[in-house]
Amino acid sequence: MKFVDEYRDPAAARVAIDQIEALAGDRHLKFMEVCGGHTHTIYKHGIENVLPESVELVHGPGCPVCVIPMGRVDDAIAVAEEPGVIFTSFGDMMRVPGGHGNLLEAKARGADVRMVYSPLDALRIAEVNPDKQVVFFAVGFETTAPSTAVTLLKARERDVTNFSVFCNHVTIVPPLKAILESPDLRLDGFLGPGHVSTVIGNRPYRFVPGVYGKPLVTAGFEPLDILQAIVMLLRQINEGRCEVENQYTRAVVDQGNPRALAILGQVFELRPHFEWRGLGFISQSALKLRDDFAAFDAELRFQVPGVRVADPKACQCGEVLKGVIKPWECKVFGTACTPETPIGTCMVSSEGACAAYYNYGRFTRSTTIPVRAAEPVG
Amino acid sequence: MAPEPAPDREEHHAPSREEVVLERIEAFRRRRPKLKDDFINSAHGAGGKASAALIDAVFVEAFRNDTLEAMTDGAVVALPSGDRVAFSTDGFVVKPLRFPGGSIGHLAIHGTVNDLAMMGAVPKWISAAFVIEDGFPIAELHQIVADMREAAVHAGVEVVTGDTKVVNKGAADGVYITTAGMGTVPAGVELSASKVEPGDKVLVSGKIGDHGVAVMIARGDLALEADIPSDTAPLNELVEKLLAAAPNTRFLRDPTRGGVATVCNELARASEVAVVLQESALPIRGIVNGACEILGIDPLYVANEGKLVAVVPADEADSALAAMRAHPFGADAAVIGEIRDEPPGIVILNTGFGGNRIVDMLVGDPLPRIC
Repeated sequence: MKFVDEYRDPAAARVAIDQIEALAGDRHLKFMEVCGGHTHTIYKHGIENVLPESVELVHGPGCPVCVIPMGRVDDAIAVAEEPGVIFTSFGDMMRVPGGHGNLLEAKARGADVRMVYSPLDALRIAEVNPDKQVVFFAVGFETTAPSTAVTLLKARERDVTNFSVFCNHVTIVPPLKAILESPDLRLDGFLGPGHVSTVIGNRPYRFVPGVYGKPLVTAGFEPLDILQAIVMLLRQINEGRCEVENQYTRAVVDQGNPRALAILGQVFELRPHFEWRGLGFISQSALKLRDDFAAFDAELRFQVPGVRVADPKACQCGEVLKGVIKPWECKVFGTACTPETPIGTCMVSSEGACAAYYNYGRFTRSTTIPVRAAEPVG
Repeated sequence: MAPEPAPDREEHHAPSREEVVLERIEAFRRRRPKLKDDFINSAHGAGGKASAALIDAVFVEAFRNDTLEAMTDGAVVALPSGDRVAFSTDGFVVKPLRFPGGSIGHLAIHGTVNDLAMMGAVPKWISAAFVIEDGFPIAELHQIVADMREAAVHAGVEVVTGDTKVVNKGAADGVYITTAGMGTVPAGVELSASKVEPGDKVLVSGKIGDHGVAVMIARGDLALEADIPSDTAPLNELVEKLLAAAPNTRFLRDPTRGGVATVCNELARASEVAVVLQESALPIRGIVNGACEILGIDPLYVANEGKLVAVVPADEADSALAAMRAHPFGADAAVIGEIRDEPPGIVILNTGFGGNRIVDMLVGDPLPRIC
């Protein structure tokens, strides 16, 4: 594939892996990839199986689906089951369990729940169904929030009165802080979220080296991006540096995307606090619609139960999200909690650490069958 | 590249806690999926784990017999004369009814013809039942049926019986077609997952993922535009050539719903072998790969309607490949992997990047109603 294959070149990967091995030496270093997109890439391409044992990757909280608490899913289902509502959602959210089932089950019971790939698709559904109330289930970090904001601006401009947004957008810096504050944390550095950084830039991460003394390298999403970012982290450590660096220079600039940031500021404001799955309430960690856009706020337009549901006791998503335990160390991993019957959200999305590990990983280095990468099969 | 672990070290090495957990999960996973739902949802029709659970708990449970429990694309039954007949049925609910490269009419014939061909049978006779929504334009029905006739002539089969039902507006989406087909199984032809052995090669007859992506794009709700026609085609002639060139072919399956990944998983489980695929060997159109990358789906799970996966003994792989490539529907055929004995029941993909990963059964339904 054009512009992608060059970032998946096995020969270049071998060079990077050798570099990582040499730079890491005989230490054992733990790096957290903050973003679920990285987790997905790491498992999809089998990166863990090619890394030397000296480097361990810990999967962070950056999967937008994984951090939505059960109560919010119940709220979504309540809205979806209101008469005359078309409820639109990204596909991944449809299988996330709330306290009372998931959106797919609501759909099977008769709710009009539709999968969309973009909030603009939801707006289009509203425009062609003027007699229905169309609600978009907005989730995601600063990566997806601008597209929700643009959609809301368009909805207002075109005066689409039957469209509203159930806003669950979250921001990346507060959970990162929460993780860094965690007493059981043992990380040596971070792979910064590339997509979020295309919007917010690299400056917001300065506190990571500045306050907490951990290096951070913003990374792209192809396998070689990740390997190169690991090389950059190792170099920082070996050279005694501790700073924010940018590996994803083809997409990320330090100041971010001023236009996207302006639109975000125009449409959203910070919530005083928001509950994160597994991490609990984090102050100023999520976005809500500004008063100017109150007419498009599904939480105001519909009666949402707003009942907080405690995470299932057996589920250790929180510890997985903080990188305290690996997915397989969770008590219910792979037995009670599987991709088809997820208990925790980490098992739902392909970006979730548990689902990625279950679907793609499930091999330890020693049980991995020996594969010769260039071996012809014909 | 990676040095093989020294075998003696492996033997004395006590399993780590992670390995113990993974072993327990493997054992758990190998159990047939259980039906836990109270209501049908779209995943039950997706050909993945939920479908398997539903079929097990509802249909196999009720109809239990040896032929059904083989869980193949069609049944092979013996006549009193000793001749064998293959018998298969398939329902078609594709939306939209017409898409680049074909229509529900083509699918209805090709789907059943191909299911019969995968049993090694020569397809002969087809039945067709139509469920039509009140108000459906007869001109459109004419077109669909003309497509069926065209497909039947091309495949060398006859539509010999049928049925028509009309339901209230809203009770069906335009038209649904169910076809069944019969064909004769030539003496000596016996294809079965149980014949697959370590060392065998896995082949695919051409580019994968075209149909699913074509239909999704034709549906127009993805804001994506790309010129990808469906691959819908009858495979009976290709199978004939393949079996002539590789008479010891072990197993054939057309990777429709659930794609190549699902076929390989079913095979790995049924024969207790590992299927090891090479990502770099998978024939996939750049445009299909690009669309899948954007949609966040894996082309290995995307449906095909004119492709087959074949497992052949290693010493017949070259002639099988040559025979397929000589046929227009197999021009892009490729060897995509091989059968190994370890780890049983698992499909592994050696990524183009040099790593590897598991390719599991599909959960959920990324692309509903594509056939």
